[in-house]
Amino acid sequence: MSSLLVLAIVVAIGVVAFLIGRQRAAAHENGTVKPHSRAHYHGWWAFLLAVLPALLLLAVWNIGSSFYLDRHIHAVLPERTADSKVASEALDVSLVKSLARGLRQLDGNTALPATFAELQPLLAAKGVALASDTQDYMIPIAVETNKVQGMLGWFGAVVTLALSIAGALYALRQIAPRARARNSVETLMLWGLLAASTIAILTTIGIVLSMLFQTITFFESVSPISFFFGTVWDPRFADAGSGGSRGQFGLIPLLAGTLYIAAVALLVAVPIGLMSAVYMAEYASAKVRGVVKPALELLAGIPTIVYGIFAVVTLGPFLRDLSAALTGGSPFIQGQSIFTAGLVMGVMLIPVVSSLSDDIITAVPRAMRDGSLGLGATRSETIKRVILPAALPGIVGAILLTASRAIGETMIVVLAAGVAANLTVNPFEAMTTITVKIVNQLTGDLEFNSPQTLVAFALGLTLFALTLVMNIVALYIVRKYREQYE
Amino acid sequence: MNIMTEQSLENAVGDKMNAKSNEVIKMRGDKVGVFYGDKQALFDVNLDVRLNQVTALIGPSGCGKSTFLRCLNRMNDTIDSARVTGKITLDEEDIYDKNIDVVELRARVGMVFQKPNPFPKSIYENVAYGPRIHGLAKRKADMDQIVESSLKKAAIWNEVKDRLQEPGTGLSGGQQQRLCIARAIAVSPEVILMDEPCSALDPIATARVEELIDELRQNYTIVIVTHSMQQAARVSQRTAMFHLGYLVEEGATDKMFTNPDDKRTQDYITGRFG
Repeated sequence: MSSLLVLAIVVAIGVVAFLIGRQRAAAHENGTVKPHSRAHYHGWWAFLLAVLPALLLLAVWNIGSSFYLDRHIHAVLPERTADSKVASEALDVSLVKSLARGLRQLDGNTALPATFAELQPLLAAKGVALASDTQDYMIPIAVETNKVQGMLGWFGAVVTLALSIAGALYALRQIAPRARARNSVETLMLWGLLAASTIAILTTIGIVLSMLFQTITFFESVSPISFFFGTVWDPRFADAGSGGSRGQFGLIPLLAGTLYIAAVALLVAVPIGLMSAVYMAEYASAKVRGVVKPALELLAGIPTIVYGIFAVVTLGPFLRDLSAALTGGSPFIQGQSIFTAGLVMGVMLIPVVSSLSDDIITAVPRAMRDGSLGLGATRSETIKRVILPAALPGIVGAILLTASRAIGETMIVVLAAGVAANLTVNPFEAMTTITVKIVNQLTGDLEFNSPQTLVAFALGLTLFALTLVMNIVALYIVRKYREQYE
Repeated sequence: MNIMTEQSLENAVGDKMNAKSNEVIKMRGDKVGVFYGDKQALFDVNLDVRLNQVTALIGPSGCGKSTFLRCLNRMNDTIDSARVTGKITLDEEDIYDKNIDVVELRARVGMVFQKPNPFPKSIYENVAYGPRIHGLAKRKADMDQIVESSLKKAAIWNEVKDRLQEPGTGLSGGQQQRLCIARAIAVSPEVILMDEPCSALDPIATARVEELIDELRQNYTIVIVTHSMQQAARVSQRTAMFHLGYLVEEGATDKMFTNPDDKRTQDYITGRFG
C-alpha cells in the first residue's frame, strides 16, 4: 500500500474523529454541568490524536524500512571479488534498487527473463531506462527486495492505521463536560510553533557543522596560520596532487578585497540611502511617499545577478572608455575593478539602508519633533540635532546589517570585481573577494578531498563568522535602541 | 435706573481705565477657523490673550481648545492637512502674514506639551538646545548663564544642578515637565503655550508646576489648555470655554466659575457633561 494512500486514510479517520468528537461534545452543552471547552476543541483534539502520532510513526517506519532494505541488499549481494564488473559496492546496491523500482512497473503476470539483455527492452517499453552495467545476478535480488519492501509497506500501513484509530478512540473516550480539550489543543499548538522555529535554528547549526568538518580536514593539510595570515593566494590548480608543490592559501588578499569593495559600496549606499530615508520620513507628502517607497523597494527585489550583468556589460566598459578618453589613451579604470563592483553593489544596497533607516526614523516619537519645532528650530535643524541623534543607534545597526549584506554578496563581485587575488590600494584595479574564490574553488574540475576544494569551506566558515559577528552586534545595537522609547 | 451719579460714573470709568492699563492685549484671535482636510475643527473664534496673565482654555475633549492653542505658534503648520482661516495677531502683527518667519514666531511664542518630551540628551543640552539654534550665546559662559537662569526660573535648578550632564530622560515625570518648561524659557519667549502640561503628572508634581506657572506670569504671558476645572480656577486669570469647535464664553476666571453666562459652561463646570 503506498504511503500516500495511508496518509489519505489517516486524514479521513481524523476528519471522522473530528466530526464525532464535536457532535458528542455538543451533546454535553445542554447538560447541567457547564462544559469546560467548546465542542470544536474536542473535535480538534480527536483529529490531532488520530493524525499526528500515526503520521510520525509512518515517517519513522518509512525511513527505517529504507535503511533495512539497504542492509538487506548488502547482505544478499554476492561477495565482491577483484573481477567484479561494478566499480563499488554502493553502486551495486543502487543498481539493484533502481532495477527493483523498474520491475514494479511491470505487471505481475509477465514471466521475468533471466538475463538483463532480455529484460531491458521490456522495461524500456514501460519507459524505464536503466544503467547498462546492471548485471544478471541482480534480477532475483531485485525481485526479492520488492517482496520484502511490499511486506514492510503493508505491515507499516496496518500499524499506522491501527494507531490512528486507537488515537481517535482514546480522544473520543475522553470527552466529558469538564475535560480540558481546549488546553490540550493550545499546548499542542505551542509545540507545533516551537518546532517550526526550531527548524531554522537547527538548519543553521547543521550548515555550520557541515562546513566545520570540511574545514578541519582542510586544516590537516594547510596550517591555520598560513591560511589566516598568508598574504599570497595561489592554490596552483595545475600542480594539484603532483607532489611537493601545495600552493599557497593566504586569506589576507581575499579579506582585503572583500572589505575594500564592501567599504566602497557602503560609501555609496549609506549617504544616499540615509538621505532618501530622511526625505521620505520627514519631508515627503503621503502621496509622494506612497510612490517613492515602493519604487525604492522594487530596487531591492532585482536579482543580484542582474546587477552583476549591468556592471560587467554596461558600467565596467563605460568607465574604462571614459577613463581612456580622460587620459587620452590608456584607461586607468580597468573593466573589472573595485570601483565598478563597489558602485553597483552600493546601488543595490540603497534600498536596504533607506528602508531600515526609514523605519527607525519614523519610530522616533512625534513629541521629539514637536518639542524641537516648538522651540523655533527649522526642519533640518530638528533632523540634524534631535531626530538623527535619537535614531543613531538604530541607524548604526542598520548600517552594520547592510555591511554584512555587502560582505556576503556574491554575484555582483563574481562578475564585476575580477578573479585576480591582488593586494592593492588603487580602487580602479581588479581585486577579488572571499565569495568569488569560494565560487572558483568549487566550480573547478578537482578532486573533492584536495585542499584546493576544501579551502572553499574554510573561506565559507570565515565569511559566516564575519557576518555572524556583525549581525549580532547590529541586532544588539538595534535592540538596545528600541528599549529607549518603550 | 439710567441716572448715574457723577461719582459712580467716575468710578466706573476709572476702573475701566485701570483695567485697560493692566490688560494689554498680547495676542488676538479674530474669526479663527481651522480645517483638517475637509473637516472643520474650529469655527469663528474671537479670543484675546492678555499680557502677563494666564489664560485657561477649557472644554470637553475634541472641542478645539488644543487646536486653537496650536494656531498661536503655527504648530498646525506641521500637519499637512491642516488649514487656518481668520487672523491671529501677536503685538498687532498678523502671524500668518507672508512676511512672518515661522521659526522666529515660535521663538517668541514657546510651547510646552502634554507629555514631557525631553530630548535624549543631557539636562544641560536640553536647555541649551534653543539658545544654541538661535545663536543667543556667544561664549560658553553665556550659555552656562542662560541654562542656569532658565532652570532656576523653572524651579528645578536645585534638583539638577549637580547632574547637568546626565540624560534628561532619566528625570521623574514632574522634573521632566519642568525641564521642558526651562527649555521653553531659555529662548526668552514672550508667550508660553501649555497643552495640558500636568495631565501626565501626579498631584504633587502638578502642584509644583502650577506654582511655577503662577510665578512665570510675572515675566511671561501664558495660555494653558487644561482638563482640570480646579487647575483652571487655581492658576488662571481669564478662562475661555470651548465646545464642539466654538468658543462658548470667555471672561475673568472668578466670574466664569461663579456666575457663567452660558448654560453649557455652567453644566461643564458642575460636571454635567464633558
